[in-house]
Amino acid sequence: MSEAIVRALGLLAAFDRTLLEIAGLSLRVSLSAVLIAALLGLPLGAAIAVGRFPGRQAAIVVLNAFMGLPPVVVGLIVYLALSRAGPLGPLGILFTPRAMVIAQALLIVPIVAALTRQIVEDAWREHREQLVSLGASAGRAALSLLWDTRFSLTTVVLAGFGRASAEVGAVMIVGGNIDGVTRVMTTAIALETSKGDLPLALALGLVLITLVMLLNASAYFIAEAARRRYG
Amino acid sequence: MLALALERVAYTANGQRIIDDLSAEFTAGERSVILGANGAGKSVLLRLCHGLLQPTSGTIRWNSGGSGKPRDAMVFQRPVMLRRSVLHNLTYALALAGVPWRERKARARTALAKAGLEALAKRSARVLSGGEQQRLALARAWALEPTVLFLDEPTANLDPVATREVEAIIQAIHSAGTKVIMTTHNLGQARRLGDEILFIARGRLIERAPADVFFRAPASVDAAAFLRGELP
Amino acid sequence: MIRTMLRLLLACLLALTAIAAAWSAERFITVASTTSTEQSGLFKHLLPAFDKRTGIQVRVVALGTGQALDLARRGDADVVFVHDPAAEERFVAQGDGVKRHEVMYNDFILIGPKPDPAGVAGGRDIVAALVRIQAAGAPFVSRGDKSGTHAAELRLWRLAAIDPTQARGRWYRETGAGMGPSLNTAASMNAYLISDRGTWLNFKNRMDLAVVVEGDKRLFNQYGVILVNPAKHAHVKRDLGQRFIDWLISAEGQAAIAAYKIGGEQLFFPNAAS
Repeated sequence: MSEAIVRALGLLAAFDRTLLEIAGLSLRVSLSAVLIAALLGLPLGAAIAVGRFPGRQAAIVVLNAFMGLPPVVVGLIVYLALSRAGPLGPLGILFTPRAMVIAQALLIVPIVAALTRQIVEDAWREHREQLVSLGASAGRAALSLLWDTRFSLTTVVLAGFGRASAEVGAVMIVGGNIDGVTRVMTTAIALETSKGDLPLALALGLVLITLVMLLNASAYFIAEAARRRYG
Repeated sequence: MLALALERVAYTANGQRIIDDLSAEFTAGERSVILGANGAGKSVLLRLCHGLLQPTSGTIRWNSGGSGKPRDAMVFQRPVMLRRSVLHNLTYALALAGVPWRERKARARTALAKAGLEALAKRSARVLSGGEQQRLALARAWALEPTVLFLDEPTANLDPVATREVEAIIQAIHSAGTKVIMTTHNLGQARRLGDEILFIARGRLIERAPADVFFRAPASVDAAAFLRGELP
Repeated sequence: MIRTMLRLLLACLLALTAIAAAWSAERFITVASTTSTEQSGLFKHLLPAFDKRTGIQVRVVALGTGQALDLARRGDADVVFVHDPAAEERFVAQGDGVKRHEVMYNDFILIGPKPDPAGVAGGRDIVAALVRIQAAGAPFVSRGDKSGTHAAELRLWRLAAIDPTQARGRWYRETGAGMGPSLNTAASMNAYLISDRGTWLNFKNRMDLAVVVEGDKRLFNQYGVILVNPAKHAHVKRDLGQRFIDWLISAEGQAAIAAYKIGGEQLFFPNAAS
């Protein structure tokens, strides 16, 4: 463990080029995935929170259950879809970062949507009469409440990012862990573990945790400052 | 000439009859105060009039001389503000009411000024005090320039100072020509603000009379007991 | 609020196009290969030389040989570079590959714990060693993942006339994982296992493990390279893939393979038919 910490610090201090590339790709892939998941999941969650339609309860149960989708299964499904023999094969994006973004986005859309649904539904309970009184349509109300709960929703998006950046099973399958192309922090950690270089694997792990911590900390403090201002 | 007519309206929720065979008509002008004990059905009656609830039976009709449903607004017992500035809470309501984008800010500022909230325009609405928020709710309703304003126990959660401020604004809205229909269980407030009193008990309209008549000589046993401070 | 949403959307599009631009520019081929070549560090040594010579980037997806061939069968690779001659011949015979070229060899080794509970250390007869391991009921880790090494191991058990799967869950333990993870597992349970020499030499977490049997001719480990059949998968980069294969079996490529050493020890021995 102490060797790992020393090596982690060494890696960070040396600004190791390969490490920077891998960490950069990790961030790019996971941030793209979280962005896409937010663009899909936030409206979807809000729509289910505000809407009244047949099958709504089933939709909620499915969303909640899908929060725990096994990454390997998602990876396999995306692999089969993107494989040359699969329906989206002609796109030719298997073993590219884009395939990894798709897999991670699929993995976290349910998380973002399910948590958004819960938060917006609570807000809807508080605001429903007032918004209906002012003449808001369901769609308008959903958008307004998304904005109104934006501070709680940052936590939701961060949870999605955490899951995306920590995930290894899906990106390993659809990315292929290709050196310099699709190798991200988690697959690099898996590879070094395979090579039996446990201290280096652990050092990479510490770097990943540090990165995620920094990102969460900045998001938290920005949201906190805004929360103090807007109540 | 405005008229809001309720004809044999009933409302049932979870098997409980909350409004029972109630008929009444409201016309422009005087302030109507709906008085009654807690659970008498006052709030539900307002929500039926405002359209937030649909009657189980009976009809509610608006008549404004042919130009469709007149604009009505409602202020609730507990003000609910969006997590944005005081000014933007108003422009938001104006946007929903279809007010053109260019006019919204000016109209919002005018309404804030009338409610004495100009200085707070840039503050976040959620951090205001309860009294300030209720005044903001009134300003928001006023900005919509409604023909009818419903108020549901607008001062129930407020201290005496805030209550007086809110009552002054209600008075001003009335003076500016808006029909005021409000509920209260506060006899003093009913005396101060009511031109006419509708006394409700167990979901029924028991008695309707000009305020001075009602307070001097209530016609019904229920109203007399309520005025004496006994629960009917 | 709408402005914020638009800004978010814009940022998203920018990010996506940036990623798209970064990965479409270069000339590259996808090679499905084995964990043993990747984890031994051979590709890190070979590919820069090839890239320098041809400007072609080689993207290696490292899997077990069985998985690598499956991947190629689906058309997801241009070239396979694996080590299970029997499976490779089948792959070509079924029309999935164009032609098999032998590239290099090294050998498998029997790894075991230093205390050596089965008493096989120092021997040269792998079949005898396996018989003793079974007799002693000493823990044995198998890849169990249809990889080239797994196929070789099963072939050796057959030579010993032992069906180890009878002892599955007792002394015979299948990890269903790559060479490295299986080595990690064996290290922590003091088990024997068959490994390729390359991965072993580059493996760091050895704990109490050591080479116990080596040098048996039956431990020979041949690597072959095959172009995926463009007649079956039209998108296969025939020319770029063929250039990689040609380079591997050229004098230059063979010399590069021979030059890869860890701690002075050569890992792979070129043996392409020239």
